Amino acid sequence: MSNVLQISWWIPLLPLLGFLVIGLGRNRLPKQLSGVLGCGTVFLSFLLSVYVFVSVKGGNTHVAHYFNFIKIESLKIGFDLQLDQLSSIFLLIITGVGFLIHVYSTSYMHEELPAAFAKYFAYLNLFIFSMLLLVMGANYVIMFIGWEGVGLCSYLLIGYWFKNTNYNNAARKAFIMNRIGDLGFLLAVFWLITKMGTVDFHEVFANVSKLSVKDITGITLLLFVGAMGKSAQIPLYTWLPDAMAGPTPVSALIHAATMVTAGIYMIARSNILYTMAPVSQGVVAVVGLATAILAATIALKQNDIKKVLAYSTVSQLGYMFLGLGVGAYTGAVFHVMTHAFFKALLFLGAGSVIHAMSGEQDMRNMGGLKKQMGITHITVLLGCLAIAGMPPFSGFFSKDEILGAAFAKNPLLWGIGVLGAMMTAFYMFRLYAMTFLGKFRGTAEQEHHLHESPAAMTIPLILLAMLAVVGGWIGIPEQLMKGGHRLEAFLQPVFAQSDAITVRNEPAQSTAFMLMIVSVTLALLTLIFAWRKFSRYVKKDREETGLGKILANKWYVDEIYDAVIVKPFGIMAKYFNDVVEKKGIDGFVNGVGKAVNYSSRQVRLLQSGQVGVYVLLMVIGILVLFIVQLFL
Amino acid sequence: MDKNSAWITFPDLLIWLPLVAGLVSFMLRKDRQVKAWALFISTLTLVVSAFSLYYAKNIPFNSAPWTWMPGLGAGYTIALDGLGRILTFLTALSFPLIFVATYKNTYTNSNNFYGLMLLTQAGLMGVFCTMDALAFYFFWELALIPAYFLCSRWGGEKRIASTFKFFIYTFVGSLIMLVGIIYLYLQTPPVYGSTGMIVSQHSFSIASFYSLHLAPAQQQWLFWLFFIAFAIKMPIFPLHSWQPDTYEQSPTATTMVLSGVMVKMGVFGLLRWLLPIFPAAVMKFDNIVILLSVAGMLYASMIAYRQDDLKRLVAYSSIAHMGLMCAAVFSSGQIGLQGVMIQLFSHGINIIGLWIVIDAIETQTGVRKISELGGLAHKAPVLTIMLVVIALANIALPLTNGFTGEFMMFSGLFSFNKWFAAVAGLSIILAAVYMLKMIQRVCYGEANALTSAIKDIGFNRQLALGIIVVFIFVLGIYPQPVFDLAKETVTAIVTKLK
Repeated sequence: MSNVLQISWWIPLLPLLGFLVIGLGRNRLPKQLSGVLGCGTVFLSFLLSVYVFVSVKGGNTHVAHYFNFIKIESLKIGFDLQLDQLSSIFLLIITGVGFLIHVYSTSYMHEELPAAFAKYFAYLNLFIFSMLLLVMGANYVIMFIGWEGVGLCSYLLIGYWFKNTNYNNAARKAFIMNRIGDLGFLLAVFWLITKMGTVDFHEVFANVSKLSVKDITGITLLLFVGAMGKSAQIPLYTWLPDAMAGPTPVSALIHAATMVTAGIYMIARSNILYTMAPVSQGVVAVVGLATAILAATIALKQNDIKKVLAYSTVSQLGYMFLGLGVGAYTGAVFHVMTHAFFKALLFLGAGSVIHAMSGEQDMRNMGGLKKQMGITHITVLLGCLAIAGMPPFSGFFSKDEILGAAFAKNPLLWGIGVLGAMMTAFYMFRLYAMTFLGKFRGTAEQEHHLHESPAAMTIPLILLAMLAVVGGWIGIPEQLMKGGHRLEAFLQPVFAQSDAITVRNEPAQSTAFMLMIVSVTLALLTLIFAWRKFSRYVKKDREETGLGKILANKWYVDEIYDAVIVKPFGIMAKYFNDVVEKKGIDGFVNGVGKAVNYSSRQVRLLQSGQVGVYVLLMVIGILVLFIVQLFL
Repeated sequence: MDKNSAWITFPDLLIWLPLVAGLVSFMLRKDRQVKAWALFISTLTLVVSAFSLYYAKNIPFNSAPWTWMPGLGAGYTIALDGLGRILTFLTALSFPLIFVATYKNTYTNSNNFYGLMLLTQAGLMGVFCTMDALAFYFFWELALIPAYFLCSRWGGEKRIASTFKFFIYTFVGSLIMLVGIIYLYLQTPPVYGSTGMIVSQHSFSIASFYSLHLAPAQQQWLFWLFFIAFAIKMPIFPLHSWQPDTYEQSPTATTMVLSGVMVKMGVFGLLRWLLPIFPAAVMKFDNIVILLSVAGMLYASMIAYRQDDLKRLVAYSSIAHMGLMCAAVFSSGQIGLQGVMIQLFSHGINIIGLWIVIDAIETQTGVRKISELGGLAHKAPVLTIMLVVIALANIALPLTNGFTGEFMMFSGLFSFNKWFAAVAGLSIILAAVYMLKMIQRVCYGEANALTSAIKDIGFNRQLALGIIVVFIFVLGIYPQPVFDLAKETVTAIVTKLK
C-alpha cells in the first residue's frame, strides 16, 4: 500500500470518531470541547485531503480494499475506498467548506444547551463522515451507504429543533423524497449486479461495452432518479426549500454546498455510462434546464431570505445537470466547486443577518443593514456577484463553461440558460438590495439589537468570500488564457474514457467570445435594474396577484402533489384498512367461524330425541346408500 | 470417536435444556426463583448456541442416532446446518433478551408462565434442528400449544377471541401439513436394517423425503398443502388476519417470541421442506407466490400507515417484511436466499427491540395509542435514541442489519423479475413513511400531560436494547460471517431447484 492509502481511511474515520465521542459524551462534555472536537476532526481530515490532492495530481488513482462487505459466489462487494482526481476535489470541498461551517456554527449555535449543542456537532460530524464515504467509495454500494447516510443526517438536522411540528414535517418530507430517489438508485445497482455481477466502478466502467444500450439507458435513468432526489431536481425538488427549517449553517453545509451535489458527483463518476446513453443525457439536460428555470421563477417572488437562497440552489443544481447532460462533465464539477464557495458564503451571510435580526427571516422587514454589518455586507455582495456570473468572479467561469457547452449542443439550450442567468442576477440583487440597501423596515427593538456578528462567524465569511472571488481562476477558458483551464487538465483522467468517444464540436473562438459577452451584458443589465428597483423598496401590504401570486406560491406544486399523491394515498390506505382488511379479509375469517357456529347449532336441532324421526332418517340414509351403490 | 456416536450433541442440548428446565419451572413456587431460573437456563442455552456456531459438526441428514418408533420409520434425528444454526442462535438469543427486558413485569402464576415460555423455546429449537418429518410436526405443535396458553391466560382484554382465532388458524394449517406429511411418508421406500431385513415399510426421515421422485402433478397439490401451513405462520397475505389481533392481545413477552422467532418457522419450513421436496411445483408457482407476497407487502405497509396502536403498526410492518422474505425465497437465487438468511436473524432481534420499546412506553403511560403520545425525546432521550436506531434498521438504512438483508433480497428479486422488484421496492418508501410518522408522533413535538411524567428506561431494558443495537451495527457493517455460515444450506437448496 502506498502512503496515501495508509492514511486515506483516516479521512472518513476522524469525523466518525468525532461523532461517537461527542454523541456518547453529550451529557458530560462542555460546549467548548464539543466544538473543538467537532471542528478539529474535520480540520484534520482537511489536511489529509490536501495531502491526497497533491498525491493524485500526477493522474494516479488509488483503490484500497479493507474487507468484504458482501461476498457470495462471484459477487464481491468490498469495503473499498477510491482516491482519484474527482474524489479529491470533493474531499477538499467537503472538509474545507465543512470546516469553515463548523467554526461558524460554534458561534451561531452558542445559545443552545450543552447537550443539544453536542448533539448538533455530533450530527454535523456524522454528516461529514457520510459525505466522505459517498465520494470515497470505490463501488456503488459504498457510495449508496454514504448516499443514504447524508439523507439521514439531513433528516436529523432539519428536525434538530424537534419540538416544532413544522420542522419535523419538513425533515420527514426530505427523508421520504430522498428515499423515492434512493429506490431508483438501488434498482440501478440491482440491474448492474444482474447484468454484470459487479458494482465496482473500475470493473463496471472497464466492461461497459458488454452492456446493451437498452441496459445502459435503463441503469443511467434509474441512477438519475436517485440524483433527482438527492440533488433536488424536478419532480423531487420540493423538499429542499422546506429543509430550510434546519439551523442556517446546516442549510449552508448540507442543503447548498455539499450533500445536494452528491447527484452531480454520482453522474460525473458514472460519466462513461451517460456518454454511452444519449437518451439519458438528453433527459438529464432537459430536466436540469427545466429545474433551473422553474426554481429561478419561484425565487423571484420569495420574501424569506433563506427561501430565495434555497430556490437559487435548486436552480444552480439544474445548471450543473444541464452541464452533465451536454457532456460538460468538467464544467459541472467546476460549478459544484464555485457554487460551494459562493452558496456557503451566501447562506452563512444570511445566517449572520438572521442572527443580527433576532431570528427575522423576512426581507420585507430588513433593509439598510450595510451600516451596521460591514463585513457581512461586503462578503454577501461578493457572493451575489459571483452567483450572478459577473467576471472575474468564480461563478462567471463555471456557468459560462456550462452555457458554452450547451450552445454547442443546441443554441436553444443556451438561450433558455441565459434567461435563467438573468433571473439569477435579478433575484440575487433583489435579495441584496432588500437586505442591505434602503431604509430599515423592522421593529425598533430589532434595530436596537442590530450588530455585526463575532469573529467566529465573520472569518469564515471572509475566507469564503475570497474563494468566491478567486475560485474560478483555476478554470479560465482557453479562449481567454492559453493553458488557463487547469481544472480540466487535472480532471482529465476521470473523463478520459468519455472524451475518447465524444465528438467535441466546441464553438469557434469568436463565437464563444460573443456568447460570453451577450450573457454577461444581459445579466449585468438585470442586475442593475434589480439593484435600482429594490434599493428603494417600501413595504406594501397588498397581496400579490396574477402570475406574481402563482410564483409566490411556488406554482402550487406542493398543493398539486398533495392532491395527486398524498391525499389519494391516504384515502387508499383508509379504504384498505377500514373496508378490505376489517370487513373483507378479517370479516371473511370471522364469517367462517360464525358459519360453523351457526350450522352446528342447526345440526344440533336434528337430535330431537324422538325415535320416529331417527328411524325415518335411517331409512332415508339406507336408501341413499342403496341408490348410490346401484348407479356407481 | 465417530462423530455420530457422540452421546450428546449441540442440538440435543439446545432442545433438552429448555425442555427439562421448563418442566422444572412448573414446580418452582417463588416468583423470584422462577425468574432467575428461566434467565439462567436461557443464558446457558445461549452460551451453548454461541459455541455451536463454531464447533457444531454437520451431521449428515440420514443418520439416525436414536430411532423413536422403529416400526414407523420415525427417528429422533437432529442436526445443525447453517440455517439451523442461525435460527437456533436467534432462538437462544431472544429468550434471555426477553427475560431481561421484561424482568420487572409481574405475572400471576409466574412459574407456569415461564415454564410455558421455556417449553415454547424447546419446541422452536426442535423445529429448527430436526431431520425427521414426524418429529418436525411434533415440535411444530410443541412450540405452538404453549403459546396458545400463554396468550389465553396472560393476554389482554380480548385475549380469548384472539387466541381462538390464532389457534384455529394455525391449527388448520398444521393439520393440512400433517396430511401432506403422511402422504409423502406413504410414498417413501422401505427401510432396511443392517441384516437386510425390512425394518419399516416407510420412513419419515428427511433424506428419504428429499430423494422422492414425485410426479409434477403430485407435487403441485402437495405444494399447496405445505405452503398454506407455512404461509399462515409467516403470515402471507391474505392469510394474515390472525396476527395483528394476536400480537395486540398477547402478553408482550409472548408477542416477542411469536413475532421474533415463531414466524420464522414459516420461512424455515419453506427452506427446509418445501423448496427441496417440490422443486417442480416451486418453479411452476413461483410467480403466483411472489405476486401474493409483493401485493401483501404493499397492502400491509399501507395499513400500517393507518394504525394508531403501536403494536398493530409493528404487526403490519412485520407482515410487510415477511412478505419480502417469502418473495426472496421464491426468487430462489443464491443472493436472494443469502439475504433471507441474514434477514431471518435481523428481523427477529429488531422486532424484539421494537416490542421492548413499546412495552417500556406502555408500562409507564398505560397507553399504546400514537395519537395520545408525543414529546418523548425530551423526557426519555435514551429510549428515543434506541427507538430511532431500531426503526432505522427496520427501514433498512445502510450500515444497519436491515439493509444487508433487504439489499440482497431485493437484488435476488430483481434478477428474478425486475418489475416485481420495482413494485416491491415501493415498500421501502412506505416503510419510511409510516415509521418516521410514528417516530415523529411519539418522540417529537411537545410533551403532553401523559408523557411529561415519563422516565427514561432502566438498566434492564437498556441492557437488552443495547445488545440489540450492537447486533444491528455489527451485522450491518460486517455481515459476511452469516453468509459463510449459511453457504452450504443455500447452495444445497439452489442446486435442488436447478
